[in-house]
Amino acid sequence: MKANIVRDSLRSFGAFLNRGRTPYIVSAVLLVLGTVLVYVSPRSIPAFLLFAIAAGLSYFLNMRKSVKLALAVLIAVVIVPILGARNIFYLEVIFQIAVFSALALGLNIVVGFSGLLNFGYMAFYAVGAYLWGFFGSQQPFLLHAIPGTVPPGTKFFLAPDWFYIFIFLGVIVAAIIGLVMGLPVLRVRGDYLAVITLGCGEIIRQLANNLDKPLNFTNGPQGITPIQRPSLPKELLAFFNRLFEPLVGHDVTANQFYNIMFYLIAVLVVVVVIVVTYRLEDSKIGRAWAAIREDELAAQAMGIPANKLKLGAFAVGASFAGAMGVLFAASRTFVSPESFTFLQSVGVLTMVILGGIGSIPGVIIGAAVVTILNVQVLQSFSLFLAQLRQSDAVIPIINFHWKDLSNQLDPSKYQRLVFGIILILMMIYRPTGILPAARRKRELSAPDSLDVPGDTGAEDTGAEHAAKKGVDHE
Amino acid sequence: MSRPAWILETTDVVKRFGGLTAVNKMSFSMEAGRIYSIIGPNGAGKTTFFNTLSGLYKTEEGSISFEGRRIDGFAPERITTLHMARTFQNIRLFGGMTVVENIMVGAYTRLKQGAVQTVLRTKAFKAEEARAEAKAEELMRYVGLKGVGNELAGSLPYGAQRRVEIARALASEPRLLLLDEPTAGMNPAETEDATSLFRRLRDELGITILLIEHDMRVVMNISERISVMDYGEKIAEGEPREIAANPKVIEAYLGRGAAGGNAAELAAGGAEEAKA
Repeated sequence: MKANIVRDSLRSFGAFLNRGRTPYIVSAVLLVLGTVLVYVSPRSIPAFLLFAIAAGLSYFLNMRKSVKLALAVLIAVVIVPILGARNIFYLEVIFQIAVFSALALGLNIVVGFSGLLNFGYMAFYAVGAYLWGFFGSQQPFLLHAIPGTVPPGTKFFLAPDWFYIFIFLGVIVAAIIGLVMGLPVLRVRGDYLAVITLGCGEIIRQLANNLDKPLNFTNGPQGITPIQRPSLPKELLAFFNRLFEPLVGHDVTANQFYNIMFYLIAVLVVVVVIVVTYRLEDSKIGRAWAAIREDELAAQAMGIPANKLKLGAFAVGASFAGAMGVLFAASRTFVSPESFTFLQSVGVLTMVILGGIGSIPGVIIGAAVVTILNVQVLQSFSLFLAQLRQSDAVIPIINFHWKDLSNQLDPSKYQRLVFGIILILMMIYRPTGILPAARRKRELSAPDSLDVPGDTGAEDTGAEHAAKKGVDHE
Repeated sequence: MSRPAWILETTDVVKRFGGLTAVNKMSFSMEAGRIYSIIGPNGAGKTTFFNTLSGLYKTEEGSISFEGRRIDGFAPERITTLHMARTFQNIRLFGGMTVVENIMVGAYTRLKQGAVQTVLRTKAFKAEEARAEAKAEELMRYVGLKGVGNELAGSLPYGAQRRVEIARALASEPRLLLLDEPTAGMNPAETEDATSLFRRLRDELGITILLIEHDMRVVMNISERISVMDYGEKIAEGEPREIAANPKVIEAYLGRGAAGGNAAELAAGGAEEAKA
């Protein structure tokens, strides 16, 4: 009963938000408010969250598609870089959200669309990262060097701008590794596949860990550094500063501008990934993946070459991770096996499941929520508690001195616990995720009203279509 | 004459599961453009035989030819490409997909779009998708489904699910359609509808139909030729009237000593069995 009241009031609130011009006003007000708040106090977490929610809300409100698109471009290309230049930390968070969105979308093709469990997904990310890590550093000249030593005067193997080509190479190489790692799916299903992919993922990580001898490919557990970043066009930096210096308040340094640049590249990659994913989902290939997930035997009987499509899912999913891996290596200028653990693979899987398995916007929200939870909320809460601990503040009535608060209660230490609790609650109360996947409703020709009296099915779908398209009835 | 006389021909097909011989030396031929049935008691190996025909099981011995071409050992998707389609005894729709999508999955082998076209969303891709959707709607109408295109297939009532399954099979443009107990669980009115649908498929679309069926009224009513299986072997074949009078058949259905019974008894027994 209670849940119904909550749901009903939410629904009527949603209906109110979507009426007429309301969505435009609401999202404009929230966006301006969020932007101004973040601008004024770049370190405030609530301000950032408000901004993030405003951006998210404008996607879901019932507005014209062109307006949404313009808003998205405005936010991604103008507002975020400016706000980010004032506090690089935000840029870092959003960069990570973008990276993990692409990873989660890639894993979603395998797990969500085709229903194949993959616990070793980080391996593909590692492949991309080590691809540029190797070729974008001095490593090719260090094959015979003792790991960890760099003879003076060692040159870089490639010019830094090869980076852009390696994003594409990352796609191809990761896809090939994906095919190889996907080979077990031809024989194994379900739980067994999960275990095998886990093993494959660990193999890749152990290779990275141990390929420092006999030939030093990966520099072992120490990782490869420095890795080159693409060159920074000075004119671009000058242009950015000339344009936005009054807004940012100070000149952006080259290092800070790199953050903006990587952020923009990451957003570009994510946009491509989203478009590709949407188009694949709504095609013969996407339908075949869904059919395999639902009933493999029936899918085969309908003429679907299941093995080929499963391998394809692995390859496509891997390719997204490969591209992001190249980007990751360049942005960090450092790769080491530690970044590609089993726990990381599970983390990406969590984003997919939390957000809504099989749902593209859901998976992106999952990536955002988990990343923000990971890097922002808990850590800043820890910081807040640490400040309290240093102060002389006392909780009245129970007379508790904050400085007596044990270090063990540091929330950032409980990240996994909080995570676990959220996951358990989600699985109990909303097992399909924050934004569950829905099958696309098609505009089918309405059935003859004479034949089917009182049939409301067609009207419903028509109304939903109008809503989806954002047609404004006034 | 390019088209062979037999659309489907099997010789001595054997399928074993461990020590059990589920299909034993099954030889069976079918003329194009006819409606044939395979009947037999539960566990006689009918569905196993179907599964070997559609490639889901590999045969141990014997050969299967479809339109004059050996197909035993082919993967199921390859057989579907050759214009043979099937439905399942226990409906196997893609329950989480909409009805239209289910039918469009059936058209998988007939769609030419490739991965590159899909990602680039070319004009040809869009046109083909629109055609596939229109075709799916047409098939829905043909099998008598209205206004449920956007419903999840798993949420439909039983009879409608059977229709979707047939529409999905039709989407693959079959010349031979294998129907595994297509009227199981239907009430008499639905069964009536289904039977006339099968006739239309043959008369209007020229599709050859092979049925496995328990409902003797359906079998006797629609089949032009009936094969009877028991313990994995074909024990009789002939026209409905001959089969109904065949003592071996009656024995298989009603047990030893009942061979003195007549066709009416057989039909009644079959009908009861289908209801149970």
